[in-house]
Amino acid sequence: MTSPDPTSQADLHPEVDALAAAGQGSGIFDEHHPPADELISDCVHCGFCLPTCPTYALWGEEMDSPRGRIHLMKMGKEGAVELDDTYAQHFDACLGCMACVTACPSGVQYDKLIEAVRPQLERNHRRSLPDRLFRGMIFILFPYPSRLRVAAVLGELYRRLGVRSLVHRTGAIRLLPARLQAVEALMPPAQLRHLATRTPAVTPAVGTTRRRVGFLTGCVQRVFFADVNQATVRVLTAEGCEVVAPASQRCCGALSEHAGREPEALQRARELIDAFADAEVDTIVSNVAGCGSSLKEYGRLLRDDPEYAERAAAFSAKVRDVSELLAELEPVAPRHPIEARVAYHDACHLGHAQGVRSQPREVLRSIPGLQVTDIPEAEICCGSAGIYNLVNPEPAEELGRRKVEHVLSVQPDALATANPGCLLQIRRYWPGELPMFHPVELLDASIRGVDPVAAAGSRGRPALDARTSEPGTF
Amino acid sequence: MTTYTEEYRALVAQTGGGQVTEAFRREVAAAVGPGGLISEPAQLRTYECDGLTGYRVVPALVVLPVTTEEVAAVVRACARHRVPFVARGAGTGLSGGALPVADGIVIGLARMRAIRSVDVADQRAVVLPGVTNAEISAAVAQHDLYFAPDPSSQVVCTIGGNVAENSGGAHCLKYGFTTNHVLALTFVSPDGEVVTLGGDAPDQVGPDLRAVVLGSEGTLGIVTEVTVRLLRRPEAVRTLVADFPDPGSAGDAVSDIIAAGIIPAAVEMLDELAIEACEKAVQAGYTLGCPAALVVELDGVGAEVDEEFQRVQEICRANASTNIRIADDAGERARIWKGRKAAFAAMGRISPDYFVQDGVIPRTKLGSTLTRIREMSDAAGLRVANVFHAGDGNLHPLVLYNGAVAGEAERAEHLATAIVELCVEQGGSITGEHGVGSDKACSMTAMFGPEDLTVMARVRAAFDPQGICNPGKVLPTPRLCGERPGPYRPHPLEAAGLIERM
Repeated sequence: MTSPDPTSQADLHPEVDALAAAGQGSGIFDEHHPPADELISDCVHCGFCLPTCPTYALWGEEMDSPRGRIHLMKMGKEGAVELDDTYAQHFDACLGCMACVTACPSGVQYDKLIEAVRPQLERNHRRSLPDRLFRGMIFILFPYPSRLRVAAVLGELYRRLGVRSLVHRTGAIRLLPARLQAVEALMPPAQLRHLATRTPAVTPAVGTTRRRVGFLTGCVQRVFFADVNQATVRVLTAEGCEVVAPASQRCCGALSEHAGREPEALQRARELIDAFADAEVDTIVSNVAGCGSSLKEYGRLLRDDPEYAERAAAFSAKVRDVSELLAELEPVAPRHPIEARVAYHDACHLGHAQGVRSQPREVLRSIPGLQVTDIPEAEICCGSAGIYNLVNPEPAEELGRRKVEHVLSVQPDALATANPGCLLQIRRYWPGELPMFHPVELLDASIRGVDPVAAAGSRGRPALDARTSEPGTF
Repeated sequence: MTTYTEEYRALVAQTGGGQVTEAFRREVAAAVGPGGLISEPAQLRTYECDGLTGYRVVPALVVLPVTTEEVAAVVRACARHRVPFVARGAGTGLSGGALPVADGIVIGLARMRAIRSVDVADQRAVVLPGVTNAEISAAVAQHDLYFAPDPSSQVVCTIGGNVAENSGGAHCLKYGFTTNHVLALTFVSPDGEVVTLGGDAPDQVGPDLRAVVLGSEGTLGIVTEVTVRLLRRPEAVRTLVADFPDPGSAGDAVSDIIAAGIIPAAVEMLDELAIEACEKAVQAGYTLGCPAALVVELDGVGAEVDEEFQRVQEICRANASTNIRIADDAGERARIWKGRKAAFAAMGRISPDYFVQDGVIPRTKLGSTLTRIREMSDAAGLRVANVFHAGDGNLHPLVLYNGAVAGEAERAEHLATAIVELCVEQGGSITGEHGVGSDKACSMTAMFGPEDLTVMARVRAAFDPQGICNPGKVLPTPRLCGERPGPYRPHPLEAAGLIERM
């Protein structure tokens, strides 16, 4: 099955006839996988999800809580409501953090429900023109490393030529709409030497080969966090893995899937499966929580595709977060001490969506001298949530500041988290400069015998009374 | 008909009668600002029920105030326009206490969630009503203090709701209910006055109106600030799970423990079905297939706890316990409680629908009552899971059914009601802690005579003469409780112009 160019908005309408229509689509939803009645009826309205829902924490409103949203889905299926802006806004406001899935005692699969609703909104609800343009811009840029590299160079010019400090000094930045301000503020600094870096197609293991693993290099990750990818490859090879990173791999479709752009997500999934088809690996490793979570969903995403359904399920079964794989492997590479107190931040798509919580901590604890600290209110999202902090900058900012307050409260020397989005989000609101790492970077440093926390100096730990009134600067 | 007195009928007939007009809406909006007002139909529907989903009424408006002054201003507008209002916390209640009233408004307190102050030396804290029960304990844990009442929904239910329902929990056997842990309330009366009930001192001067309001299920006014008492964490806590071959033996063990002079912090019982659901939900390590498991927790001074813990194990073994699991550390204890506390919500794992019932029986009748419930369950062809606070005889039978099967919901409701009536027949009561709310108002006559109900209605009318504060809850409305409306006869108070009927 060939799919149209995924960037075109008009092509978000799938060929419904060609796809099996499971469930009884009714009410305001179409017949293509509406939220299933049996999943909706699992919710007994007990409210245990409320305290872990970021939007309920912010606004205290039923319709912006998981059970409220499920209630809205039920009404949607009954046709008791209109699919209008009011209805859509409550699903758009959901971060998709899946904290409610962790909290639910009845096992409600809110992840499946929200992922069924989002494509319905994309197909059946017409957003305002500025909203469509803004979302379109995101999806024309982010899933394309080549375009991101151009953007990164422009961003660096903007910074280095003094334009950035000028627009901030004159206050001109505040003339921009909130969403564009968010883009401006979240754009990470690019290290120009990294822009030319590519992960080799095959990197042999150091010493005896214990595993042959595939490696997803990511989009934002490979452009702005190329050093994390290099660290990942070094750690994996040091632990006896031969690392295969097919050069043909493109975006995994996670951003598209989480935004409800189903045909685009499906096409990207197919292409990625093809890219790894000849890799001959038992394990496919991701070092980005959001991507890994999506890869593990390929089986479900492509369930209607006769050509890919089986391959997708087999692919998903092989996917591991890098910390899962490292926790599985008995460490062979010697570790050198890093004397530091490191706060570990659970990325939602790792903790809630993949249930991976203990492994990254184990990986960090394998470093001598390193003290791993949990952050209070760890279950609440930092507000990054894929493209959420770009399309919903105001609640994202409140959540970001809230998270920073909690990180500050444990006075860490550094922060570790396994998702670039969380890292950028927390850094944006951090008062001063906190050394931030992917757990695998710390492990890499430990194996190489360097101490990146000490290298960052004492500026890492701000005074406890530091508050987040001014966004952090890079 | 002698169920109700004429005075009672006249008193409960007062139910506001005002409408949510444009003028009213403007007044309320002026009080809370546009961001505090919810009026879109789809949004209003998400407030149509609380944790009891069987009853649904869409409110005309939802208001989300953030200060006592805002609550008072909204209530004053309601009083002026005779518009009924219903206070709502987290909406986790299981008796429909926060069920909206048609043509009335919901005053949601979910945005009032600050902890005002903590007084460590005097062991008290001042909190706003939207703070969750568990947040209070979390906020004072660093001082080695905690808030004792622990309803199973404590991670989500709010202190405002706890005050309204006088909530208990697993540990109320030893520590008592919310009323034993609340010193003072800031209270907005149904005419919009703000008063303080109770005070910082443990003993009150004058009639204890704090105690009257506590447990009145939101029918006397709205509490906007709560001064809670905090307890020092016990030096030692020991927890075990004992399996029994049948519920009767477990019940006997509970009686023997109490008879031995031991007051456990908690004694909980789960039956086979309840264990199955808990294990599916949270894998707390209960024995699958075990007909009855007791969770016994002791706390207090180390030496005393150790000695009594040995005695409890002996008593369990003497009552044919087949296995005793002892929690070795805090993590293990937390797992045991997580399983127990998720029990209701976990029923979704083994049944599409269920009724949570709440009744009380004398502790000595545990075994025989459970046998009767089993017989009734078999006769009705419906499964009943039992989770309960065995120490104080508070039963929570869960009647499982499938709403998609025609007639099953009615049969389940009938069985649930029959079980509560069985409790009263055994010398118990219709509710232990979930409250009367909308669900059990009609059952009040099973427990109280006409004069009792009349006195309750007089108290309520003294606070709320217009009948605008959570009307239709707790006190039975004769017309809605199977009684056909009779010919109108004016009440003497009505004839005297002291009250009026809308």
